[in-house]
Amino acid sequence: MPAVRIKDHWREQRLFDQRALICVAIMGLATVGLIVRLFVLQVSRHDYYAELSQGNRVRNEPIPAARGLILDRNGEVIAGNQPAYQLELVPEEVPDMQQTLTRLAQLDLIRAEDVDELERTIGSSRRFDSVPIRLRMSDEDVARFAVRRFEFPGLDIKTRQTRWYPNAELAVHALGYVGAISEQDLKHIDRAAYAGTSLIGKLGVESAYEHELHGANGFREVLVNAQGRSVERQGAFVPNLRTKAPGAGEDLLLSIDLKVQRTAEAALAGHRGAVVALDPNNGDVIALVSLPGFDPTMFGRGITASEYGVLQSDIDHPLFNRALRGTYPPGSTVKPVIALAGLTYHVVDPQAHRYCAGAFHLPGSSRVFREYHNEHHGSVDLDDAIARSCDVYFYGLADLLGVDRIATFMAPFGFGRGTGIDIGGEKPGILPSRAWKAKAFSRPADRVWFPGETVNFGIGQGYLTVTPLQLAHYASIIATRGKIWKPRLVAAYRDPRSGQIRRVPAVPEGEVTGIAPEDWQRVVHGMIGVTTRGTAAAIGAHAAYTFAGKTGTAQVFTVGQNEKYNAKLISERLRDHSWFIAFAPADEPRIALAVLQENGGAGASAAAPIARKVLDAYLLGADGKLKPQT
Amino acid sequence: MIYEEVTSGSRTRRTLTGAASVLFALQIDGPLVVGLALIAAFGLVVLYSASGQSTATVVRTALRLLLGTIAMLLLARVNPNFLRRSTPWMYALGCLLLLIVVAIGHIGMGAQRWLNLGLFRFQPSELMKLAVPMMCAWYLHERPLPPGWTSLGLLSVLILVPVGLVAIQPDLGTAGLIAIAGALVIILAGLRVRVMVALLALAAVGAWFGWSFMHDYQRKRVLMFLNPQTDPLGAGYHIIQSQIAIGSGGVFGKGWMNGSQAQLEFLPERSTDFIFAVIGEEFGLLGLLLLLMLYMFVVSRAIYLATQTQDTFARLLAGSLALTFFVYVFINAGMVTGLLPVVGVPLPLVSYGGSSVVTLLAGFGILMALYSRRKLIGS
Repeated sequence: MPAVRIKDHWREQRLFDQRALICVAIMGLATVGLIVRLFVLQVSRHDYYAELSQGNRVRNEPIPAARGLILDRNGEVIAGNQPAYQLELVPEEVPDMQQTLTRLAQLDLIRAEDVDELERTIGSSRRFDSVPIRLRMSDEDVARFAVRRFEFPGLDIKTRQTRWYPNAELAVHALGYVGAISEQDLKHIDRAAYAGTSLIGKLGVESAYEHELHGANGFREVLVNAQGRSVERQGAFVPNLRTKAPGAGEDLLLSIDLKVQRTAEAALAGHRGAVVALDPNNGDVIALVSLPGFDPTMFGRGITASEYGVLQSDIDHPLFNRALRGTYPPGSTVKPVIALAGLTYHVVDPQAHRYCAGAFHLPGSSRVFREYHNEHHGSVDLDDAIARSCDVYFYGLADLLGVDRIATFMAPFGFGRGTGIDIGGEKPGILPSRAWKAKAFSRPADRVWFPGETVNFGIGQGYLTVTPLQLAHYASIIATRGKIWKPRLVAAYRDPRSGQIRRVPAVPEGEVTGIAPEDWQRVVHGMIGVTTRGTAAAIGAHAAYTFAGKTGTAQVFTVGQNEKYNAKLISERLRDHSWFIAFAPADEPRIALAVLQENGGAGASAAAPIARKVLDAYLLGADGKLKPQT
Repeated sequence: MIYEEVTSGSRTRRTLTGAASVLFALQIDGPLVVGLALIAAFGLVVLYSASGQSTATVVRTALRLLLGTIAMLLLARVNPNFLRRSTPWMYALGCLLLLIVVAIGHIGMGAQRWLNLGLFRFQPSELMKLAVPMMCAWYLHERPLPPGWTSLGLLSVLILVPVGLVAIQPDLGTAGLIAIAGALVIILAGLRVRVMVALLALAAVGAWFGWSFMHDYQRKRVLMFLNPQTDPLGAGYHIIQSQIAIGSGGVFGKGWMNGSQAQLEFLPERSTDFIFAVIGEEFGLLGLLLLLMLYMFVVSRAIYLATQTQDTFARLLAGSLALTFFVYVFINAGMVTGLLPVVGVPLPLVSYGGSSVVTLLAGFGILMALYSRRKLIGS
């Protein structure tokens, strides 16, 4: 039987007081713990949390920098910026999205087939962000929308800067274009620097000088709430937000002379081909033409799939930069350098005559190497052989030199490697040699160099291929009797604010050494002969200056041993490519160029007249006389 | 000159005496009321900022405070003996109302915590915050202390039935608070330490058991507490943002209505459960220390009053009410600063909304009634 417990009030009071005391002590400890926690948060780690809170509330809105202008050497704008109108929509302000889009389609302001796509885009955007739904509106579109503005709450017309190419296709292959930033581009750009920009340079100068043209984006700090909506104030005061003005990109002054460029493009118009003109004294690119071209503006405004498809499938490949990437056999345009090799290696006496009967028989072989059009030049010396482009003479000379000496000698003239021009995409071409052939082919039987290949090499046929840029570069090396300059398109930068011009120094690449001055003179004399009494005499007639040139005809289609070449009988696409290289004035050269007309036939008839027009455009004043040297 | 000083001095004394006599007539404890009033006033100032300058919110809260004050004043005048005698009825009524809420919740759609009484919504669980400790104190009043095993068993049932009913609403936070209020009565009654240890062990087992019965969102809260960074935009967002708010406030705070976390709505539930973080952000460490000091003052004063009461029922109930108030403060501050898991416990007298303001002030009314009648009982 348990003992009956009696209530002891005094003891219970004491017990309670004791317990209360313990509770107060625990309470005190808990409070101290809390205060320690507050101290950690608000004192020790204050900086950390202050930064996090700043990051929470302030968003940087990028202000894109104006892209630098691109001007030609006379200050004419090649690429500029132009405000374009676009229709934008704020989703949360549109009462009925479906109906709004349908109505816009009815008004032909958006395309009916784009409605679904647009709805998806709008659905994935934030409710309060402006979404562009139509880019590059014409003035007429703007007017059509403006009168119905009241029907469309939440829609507005905004302006933004777009790239503008006032000359459309002119010089597009030198210039490149700007287009939407691709996945590929994102790999090698600083994303932060491109926030707020949707376009980036593609190809040509726009791409190679992207860094200079792009400039530095500015930013505007915007107060945002938890949903990311920008708000004007927070609580009672408007916080101090920073703004950094964008630094506009630098303007580029190209070495291109648009007048010459226009002349060249007009002269080549309707054909496929390329013209590259250089200043042999510093490597300045005076003109760089590749036809056909395309209008770069359509990439900047957002090229449609069908437009791109048309460009892609065009049989003339307008997107293909022939000047830098087209590789062709140079044909007879190599004869000057073969002649120089013969003179330098002393395998030929410049005064000695050889007899040309229209064909060359390689000793110990039954193979016949024919003269172009089966001409008979009769007795020719070196000078004549260049001027009249005698294949038989050069077949023999090449055979005497041998392939390795020719390849070694030609290398310093830029064959087989890129010229180092300041835009990308250049192809190196092929400078064949025994070593090259041993590597280039997989079948052992193909790796052997045949004597007949050396013979063809002498007239620029066979494995040797060059780009028009390489040939122009080579012409300019002959023009300066061996001086080598790296070709460049950008001659100077211009600060867009101060207008201060910073010249880009020309880049010397050394000299071709070991060639006697009289040998240079002999070859140049032969080349002057080309335009005075040789293959291009008709073109050189009545020129206000003396100029040196060389025609070339590159075979596309191999004519059988016993057949005759008849341009009329073969398809246009299989006709020979027509080349012409030149520099002028011959003694004090200011311009060197290479002209290629694909399937143009003989060099003298297609390419040479174009070259003459380009030379005239560059060298002659309004009075038709040679401009004084500046 | 001298005469004037004397008169002005005596006038002051007379006024004080007058105020004291009013307090005495209302049977109200002056220091406690001043402490509560300061907290409530600070709360209203903060709430104006935390609600995004909503005057309506502040007015609504002020009205609730007024309602609570009236409840406090009325309850302070009630005879403790009457209070004690009516306790079982109150408890039974509370349990019945909880059953009705659960039943309606089952019939209707999903969770429900309140009864619509036409004029206002009433949460029976709020009533139980007072009724459970009262019931425990009532039970122990006539019995010798410390309580024996039989008593403990019965008390456990008295506590766990309403706690269970609230927990299945489901309102885990309130259920926990009710259990704590009841448990505090038992602890203050002199529960032996070894029994406490045994019960804690039992609680650990119970926690494991409870885990298997928890709703997903409740489990998530516990997991988030353990590692808030795992889901910065989900459930962990609350804790991360409140710590940023408090931490970025620093010692002096960003100033009233200038807390970016609160004003730009990065801080969720800024005017309700997380208002402590708003104070930390806008008034800094100093503001929080001031608030904690006020709370400590109120709790200390309440415990002092409890020790001055003269019967078991009064002592145990008053002590439990005082300590429960502290538990509210600690749990809320603890969860907002990341020391405790996020449970829906408002900061007493400061957080916006709910009937808790009325309950809290009613509790203090009861406490004052228990204290002020001590002499009557003694005589």
